[in-house]
Amino acid sequence: MSVPENLLYTKDHEWISLEGDVATVGITQYAADALGDVVFVALPAVGDTVSMGAIVGEVESTKSVGEIFAPVAGEVMEANDSVVDAPDTVNSDPYGAGWLMKVRFTTAPEGMDAAAYQALIGD
Amino acid sequence: MSQQIPLHAAHERAGASFTDFAGFDMPLRYDSDLVEHKAVRTTAGMFDLSHMAEITVTGSQAAAFLDYALSNRLSALEDHQAKYSLLLTESGGVVDDLIVYRLGETEFLIVANAANRQPALEALKARAAGFEVAVTDSSEQWALIAVQGPQAKTILEHSGIEIPAGLDELRYYRITPGKFHTDTVWIARTGYTGEDGYEIFIPSHGAEALWNELEATGAGHGMILCGLACRDTLRLEAGMPLYGHELGLDIAPAQAGLGRVVVAEKERFVGKEALALGSEGKRVLVGLVAEGKRAPRAGYAVLTSAGALVGEVTSGALSPTLGYPIAMAFVEADYAAAESELMVDVRGSHLRVTVHQLPFYQRKKAVS
Repeated sequence: MSVPENLLYTKDHEWISLEGDVATVGITQYAADALGDVVFVALPAVGDTVSMGAIVGEVESTKSVGEIFAPVAGEVMEANDSVVDAPDTVNSDPYGAGWLMKVRFTTAPEGMDAAAYQALIGD
Repeated sequence: MSQQIPLHAAHERAGASFTDFAGFDMPLRYDSDLVEHKAVRTTAGMFDLSHMAEITVTGSQAAAFLDYALSNRLSALEDHQAKYSLLLTESGGVVDDLIVYRLGETEFLIVANAANRQPALEALKARAAGFEVAVTDSSEQWALIAVQGPQAKTILEHSGIEIPAGLDELRYYRITPGKFHTDTVWIARTGYTGEDGYEIFIPSHGAEALWNELEATGAGHGMILCGLACRDTLRLEAGMPLYGHELGLDIAPAQAGLGRVVVAEKERFVGKEALALGSEGKRVLVGLVAEGKRAPRAGYAVLTSAGALVGEVTSGALSPTLGYPIAMAFVEADYAAAESELMVDVRGSHLRVTVHQLPFYQRKKAVS
């Protein structure tokens, strides 16, 4: 399973893309595959203040429920409503159109690089 | 360490994701659970069920033994007929739910749940004392392949399985012998999906050849390979109980809506005395439906609109066919009537649910 090089990763199987002081967050292909077909996504509201590690949403498949953790503290700038309308985007394009939220932070998040994440998922 | 089934290599080649199920490394899905689910409802799907346990009962008193060991009257079966049955405890709980096939006057084939292979086998062997009967674990001998869905019959007809009695004569809950290459197979018109379909018993060494043959034939009729994930949502829509969820050692058959599977008038059978006391006052199994997309899940609390705890969810999912959440739950008898309004605590938020008569989904019957 390929893991994009240019992203940061968490042990909760989320990816983070940094642009200035805004982090775009999604779940990895590995997480999406493990869940199976995603049929429901709940996201935080724009303007919500989230603390690092807090549960801010859910990704639900027919088989199970996954929680969305905030990988960074800050304010939610955007939530991807198109994923709420078409949850299968999380399966089909987890690193692209399947992104979940954008968070403005004051302290940049830490995370694994692609190689470390690849090692974590055992590929 | 998971046990490998005869078709493991075939599943790997097909790109299956695997899951441990009762100690067996089983295909969870090949690609998409939803696509697999839909295929069974609209065309056909093929499942490897080789993890299921087969127990053979032979002997001159086999039928009498089964009447004693199980909940209903297996002596009423004709040759090549099948019956859904329960293996009860002395206290009236359920050791396992089974399908019993009468292959001949003195030979019965029982299919038990993989997770209950040992308990079922031990209970049957213990109950065999005093009967002219042999109880044998034949699970290793058989692979089990299911083809389910509206196209199942056409696919079997075009496959290389020879069925002397003809598929047209094989009615629901019947089984017939056949031949595939040199192997003797048994074709049963049973399933766990709510669709018409077949379950085929083949000696393990011949499983891969049959699997490949059916896959090739089925591909021309819209059939795809299906994993256990969609099997669970299919059976849930069809309102069929799953052992460990809707059935268990502490659940009486009547609570799970299976009173009809117990023939209380039988002179003697294991569990008779306990069941005669009745299960009044105990929670009963109901269906629940909700709006939206969030599904009640196993273990979630069922509440009245005032917030009083009155039950617990046993299985639940967003129904792929219906598009809304469905669940099964045990609730206090006072709240079990259809259309009762209840709530489920879905991870802290309260979801309004309505009691719905099972099943949630019933196929349009065009077959005998």
